[in-house]
Amino acid sequence: MISLDAKIPEGPLEQKWSRHKKDMKLVAPNNRRKYEVIIVGTGLAGGAAAASMAEMGYKVKSFCIQDSARRAHSIAAQGGINAAKNYPNDGDSVWRLFYDTIKGGDYRSREANVYRLAEVSNSIIDQAVAQGVPFAREYSGLLANRSFGGAQVSRTFYARGQTGQQLLLGAYQAMMRQVELGGIEYFTRHEMLEVVIIDGKARGVITRDLVTGEICRHEADAVILATGGYGNVFYLSTNAKNSNVTAAWRAHKKGALFANPSFVQVHPTCIPVSGDYQSKLTLMSESLRNDGRVWVPRTKGDNRHPNDIPEDERFYYLEEKYPSFGNLVPRDVASRNAKVVCDQGLGVGETGLAVYLDFRDAIARDGKDVIAAKYGNLFDMYANIAGEDPYSQPMRIFPAVHYTMGGLWVDYNLMTNIPGLFAAGEANFSDHGANRLGASALMQGLSDGYFVLPSTIGNYLADVKPGTRYGTDHEAFETAAKQAQDSIDRLLNINGKRTIIDFHRTLGRIVWDKIGISRTKEGLEEAIADIRSLRDEFWTNVYVPGEKNNYNKYLEFAGRVADFFELAELMAMDALDREESCGCHLREEFQTEEGEAIRNDEEFNYVSAWEFKDRNGVLEEELHKEVLNFEFVELKQRSYK
Amino acid sequence: MSTNMTIHLRYWRQSGPTAKGYFEDRTLSTVNEHMSFLEMLDVLNEELQLEGKDPVEFDYDCREGICGSCNLVINGQAHGPKKGTACCQLHMRNYSDGDHITIEPPRASAFPVIKDLVVDRSAFDRIIEAGGYVSVKTGSAQEANARPIPKNDADLAFDYAACIGCGACVAACPNASASLFTSAKISHLSHLPQGDVERSNRVVAMVEQMEEEGFGDCSNFGECEAVCPKEISIAAIADMRRDYARAVLQG
Ligand SMILES: Cc1cc2nc3c(=O)[nH]c(=O)nc-3n(C[C@H](O)[C@H](O)[C@H](O)COP(=O)(O)OP(=O)(O)OC[C@H]3O[C@@H](n4cnc5c(N)ncnc54)[C@H](O)[C@@H]3O)c2cc1C
Ligand code: SF4
Ligand code: FES
Repeated sequence: MISLDAKIPEGPLEQKWSRHKKDMKLVAPNNRRKYEVIIVGTGLAGGAAAASMAEMGYKVKSFCIQDSARRAHSIAAQGGINAAKNYPNDGDSVWRLFYDTIKGGDYRSREANVYRLAEVSNSIIDQAVAQGVPFAREYSGLLANRSFGGAQVSRTFYARGQTGQQLLLGAYQAMMRQVELGGIEYFTRHEMLEVVIIDGKARGVITRDLVTGEICRHEADAVILATGGYGNVFYLSTNAKNSNVTAAWRAHKKGALFANPSFVQVHPTCIPVSGDYQSKLTLMSESLRNDGRVWVPRTKGDNRHPNDIPEDERFYYLEEKYPSFGNLVPRDVASRNAKVVCDQGLGVGETGLAVYLDFRDAIARDGKDVIAAKYGNLFDMYANIAGEDPYSQPMRIFPAVHYTMGGLWVDYNLMTNIPGLFAAGEANFSDHGANRLGASALMQGLSDGYFVLPSTIGNYLADVKPGTRYGTDHEAFETAAKQAQDSIDRLLNINGKRTIIDFHRTLGRIVWDKIGISRTKEGLEEAIADIRSLRDEFWTNVYVPGEKNNYNKYLEFAGRVADFFELAELMAMDALDREESCGCHLREEFQTEEGEAIRNDEEFNYVSAWEFKDRNGVLEEELHKEVLNFEFVELKQRSYK
Repeated sequence: MSTNMTIHLRYWRQSGPTAKGYFEDRTLSTVNEHMSFLEMLDVLNEELQLEGKDPVEFDYDCREGICGSCNLVINGQAHGPKKGTACCQLHMRNYSDGDHITIEPPRASAFPVIKDLVVDRSAFDRIIEAGGYVSVKTGSAQEANARPIPKNDADLAFDYAACIGCGACVAACPNASASLFTSAKISHLSHLPQGDVERSNRVVAMVEQMEEEGFGDCSNFGECEAVCPKEISIAAIADMRRDYARAVLQG
């Protein structure tokens, strides 16, 4: 039986982390070099962890898919990173950051974890500045802040629209310094395919060298997965093309619990899909909703140019439905309503899957110059991608999958239920509950990597005898390597007629339609059936080109799509189980007449943690529940009226 | 309504680092003006696969112009015709029906071909490894606002820090020099007080690593600046040379 002990330290909320740090076991500095730690992923979480642990003296092996650690998906984050510095003196505090994050997550995350995140946030900014991250500054030379959704204070630090890039380069440079000093052994263009478990503990990984195709074995005393989120299960998302669930999923199939898989955030302001060839979606800052008005034509099939549609034939649906918040309703509400009007056939553009975001009135009121000063770079980006001038006609926007709150279940120490296997960053489920606030993913990734894992890993390693080595010819390595090789061979041998991208795109449509912005029991049941039959077809009719002993991007994709098929089914099961609406999870059966979410704290105040079971060849998932205890905050219903 | 175009492609094929490469031709008749350049290559690869042929390998990840993975040389120009734009952000509406497009990998001995259009840019990592950082350990930082930094310095540092490490500067340079990439990192760090401390050691170590990797010298052609998707200023190279000369003189 699996024990779901979150190992939350005793004591008052504000003292839990400091007490825990005092109580945890330590590894003496001269002993640390006897321990090897594998860190998969070089995004903010993995990069920060690798640099910090190597500095402490551990021997680190770092892996990533891209040709350089600096290219991890974190590089694309735009808006900023939160911290409770309270530099603007507007009443911010660790408590307020904690409270906003718990509330923003719709009370589906752990108080103790979230409090620690808020507590550590300030040190992240100090660390980044010391590394030379060029954050925006005031004329005084001091750091600048801006405000972001879900908060009434200005606590977001930023580096133009490239905050993720600058923070990641800081972590990457710290990592490269350790590579030079010999503390990190660095493997790029490597994909982890299996975790190796010996005597119930994570003892290594199997990777594929993506250049030569070689299956490699790596032994260590602990394994950290910092492999990012699984938004690409939808095929179209704002994630980078290599983002995937494979590392987490293969760990799940070896026994690691997967938590809250159905919690996925959809961002309301993205550039819409223009055709079948579309390969990814581009996010535009939601700050646009401060001045843009969202509308669709009142009548179906109104094909007139938007500028020719008179005022009284425009349906400003957010303003009409939510008179007090108008166009500034939270992300989930804005996304959901865009889908509703498009489902009613009111959507615009060639595909009918878009709504207008119109700056006409703002430009008339403030002048073009003022609008250009505020949003110039976003308007340029839009014009470049969409080929239309947003100053003279409305933008077309549509929601897109952006972030996955679900992930591997971890305890307070960020360890999964498999001893020695840790998960960090977007790959774990830990801090954002059912909805993540803007600018808090970067904070979490760096908190995990710089400050939490370097402490908690010692607590685990202190109980591992230094120098324990089973050898990579141990049976567990043999079996895992064979598993990795077999699944590659199987894919290459199918020789079917449909391409991998075709399958992935079709899967993505099912997941988007039925496990997307809003869900119903019926739709979810259909999704499971559809996913299963498409998966069966995949395994008999997919065409995987090329060879295994060579650089072969499509072979990589094939393995990832295979895992997405299994994950997609689990997402549907999880969404079916949760008969309530909370955060980004909207079950149509559980909403008020005005379409507001009805959360059910009596029955669903838990983290769902799924266990993979192979029952005589039939794959099943068993649900375990970690009930959330709220000792320090009072549970309230969110309202936007 | 969007229009479809016919595009005649010629792209580089090379099965491995030591294999002999060659050009292959193919005409695509369903190129939509709204496609990105890389989406057009996706379409090419779908067609090839449906005929049981191997797709063309090329590097990409973010497709938003920020990760620096993509690095195609298009009709002889690194990242193609659009100024300040990585090729993943280039759209087919910049081309016309019937155009001929040649696609090559960046050519530089320090960037050996892995397969087709994919090259090995690990030399860039090693240049950073040599000194492209501030030597600060996790947890040892002082309070972030303890040291104000003039806004102009911070903004200038940012301009250089915006480099995405794509290698277009190397591809465009007749000498295959990595000076713009290397000096961008040096200038980013030396414009900040945090990075100023290690200034001399850094410039020497990074410049020497750059030479060791087999990149050529800079002869002020300025081609690098012209193709750089982040429009990094060539002024960085002059600063790097001055700092290098000074550091070497000081010994
Ligand atoms: C467009 C966009 C904008 C965003 N803006 C913001 C923002 O302004 N503020 C904010 O807080 N958050 C933002 N986010 C969210 C945030 O960027 C991510 O959640 C965060 O960067 C994830 O970091 P990570 O370290 O967990 O993983 P990632 O950065 O995704 O890194 C994953 C790493 O794992 C490696 N990897 C994956 N699988 C394997 C495998 N099988 N084998 C080997 N290596 C593997 C990859 O190579 C990579 O190195 C944004 C996200 C997007 C998409
Ligand atoms: S300097 Fe410009 S061209 Fe060179 S690597 Fe950096 S971003 Fe690319
Ligand atoms: S694919 Fe990331 S910059 Fe082009």
